[in-house]
Amino acid sequence: MEKRRVVVTGIGAITPNANSVEEFRQALFDGKSGIRYFAQLADHNFSAQVGGRPHGYENKLSEYFTSEDLLAMNEVMIFAGIAGIDAWKDAGLPIIDRKTDEVNWNAGAIIGLGLGGMDTIAEKIIPNVLAKKIRRIGSSAVEQIMGSSVSAKLGGLLALGNQVSSNSSACNTGTEAIVEAVNRIQFGLADVMLAGGAESGDINIWAGFDAMRVLSSKFNEDPEKASRPMSATAGGFVPGSGAGILVLESLEHARKRGARIYAEVIGTALNSGGHRMGGSMTAPNATSVQRAIAQAVADAGIKGTDLDYINGHLTGTFADPYEVNNWRVGLGVTPETLPHINSTKSMIGHGLGSAGGMEAVALILQMTHGFVHRSLNTEDIHEEILPYVNSVAVNRIEKEIKIAAKASFGFGDVNGVTIYRKWEN
Amino acid sequence: MTENEIKDKVVEILKPYVRNTDNLGSVSNSTHIITDLEVNSSRLVDVILAFEDEFDIEVSDEEADKVQTIGDAVAMIKAKI
Repeated sequence: MEKRRVVVTGIGAITPNANSVEEFRQALFDGKSGIRYFAQLADHNFSAQVGGRPHGYENKLSEYFTSEDLLAMNEVMIFAGIAGIDAWKDAGLPIIDRKTDEVNWNAGAIIGLGLGGMDTIAEKIIPNVLAKKIRRIGSSAVEQIMGSSVSAKLGGLLALGNQVSSNSSACNTGTEAIVEAVNRIQFGLADVMLAGGAESGDINIWAGFDAMRVLSSKFNEDPEKASRPMSATAGGFVPGSGAGILVLESLEHARKRGARIYAEVIGTALNSGGHRMGGSMTAPNATSVQRAIAQAVADAGIKGTDLDYINGHLTGTFADPYEVNNWRVGLGVTPETLPHINSTKSMIGHGLGSAGGMEAVALILQMTHGFVHRSLNTEDIHEEILPYVNSVAVNRIEKEIKIAAKASFGFGDVNGVTIYRKWEN
Repeated sequence: MTENEIKDKVVEILKPYVRNTDNLGSVSNSTHIITDLEVNSSRLVDVILAFEDEFDIEVSDEEADKVQTIGDAVAMIKAKI
């Protein structure tokens, strides 16, 4: 069976440094950090007291949701709702009036999350259960803590009638969602899919990572320096949150309705390392990462040297040098010919389940507007990355990006790679 | 508290849950909370909790089940305060 071609026709994001796609484009172009100090983290004895969390969006909630919606929506649902509706509108797709019984049977959503709904668990469920006041939990806790909260709510807001579900593969979630949605369209099971990830910036989510001592804790006084992927002085990642969602569409469907097309998804791969060869619940099997990259390149029918740009996973931990090496091996290039590479996490932190979605939006924006954003805090490149120094976007690089890759790697030893080609009419 | 004062507070509590806001303008004792105001039936649980907080009363599940109209709510609350 011939696989159908899949294109990106809409993008939506709410991130620690932007509340809309246009703000995100500007923030990426300017290298604007969204990392802030949180007194709440200091008050609770966190070692790492900085993070990335969208803010200042509250006054526009009524443009997206009714008061009744908001009574039963927690932070991760709000983030997914804003990014999803923005992406849908950006694609020029019509919003079906809620008062009609019309359903869009050919459109669906796969929006994942890593550890969503924690605010609801912490504020509504646990205190009431401990106080033996079960009735006081109210009617809306389940719909806010179920793994599919984010996709289900969006499905209702947009009257989606195709597959509506949420995936979860830790930090690979957003990229995996995009691959799953691409596959669904390729095989003719849907014409339009919203795909991406969302995560709330709840203190209870970040606590477990702080306990693992994997967060950046040496820059509490200087938050914008805290997220340092590829730096010699990186000492852990900065937790982030938000949502990033793409509208994916069959080329045929996009053409029929005259949609503006950003890019074509030309290659994808998902795999895992089986917790062997150095892989574990919390560490990647390098061979599996290299295989995923090579598989995506093969799926795209290109050579590694055809890539103009890589949006890395690159979190700001000990794993960054391994990741850069994995790109070299997976793409079959030399240190000198590695494509330009940056880390959007240097500005917005690690969005966990939302990372792959927000970073896919970042990739599309850079591809559309012809720049590779500055990877912040790379003034002191890690010595193992020095051979690749000409590939690292220490400063913003303005250039045409025709083909670019976005990968995510997650706890559980799981990997996802996507390759996009800029659309040219 | 008069019945009208209770009714005003009941309507105020219901407001964010009402999907048919056109019918909010002409609320009477016979206005049905689910069919006329189009409040999602599962949210009645939250509305009852809000009544408990506002009027400092306790409402059993059996009593809650009998509340269908604005008048039912007002009568139930009036009997408890």
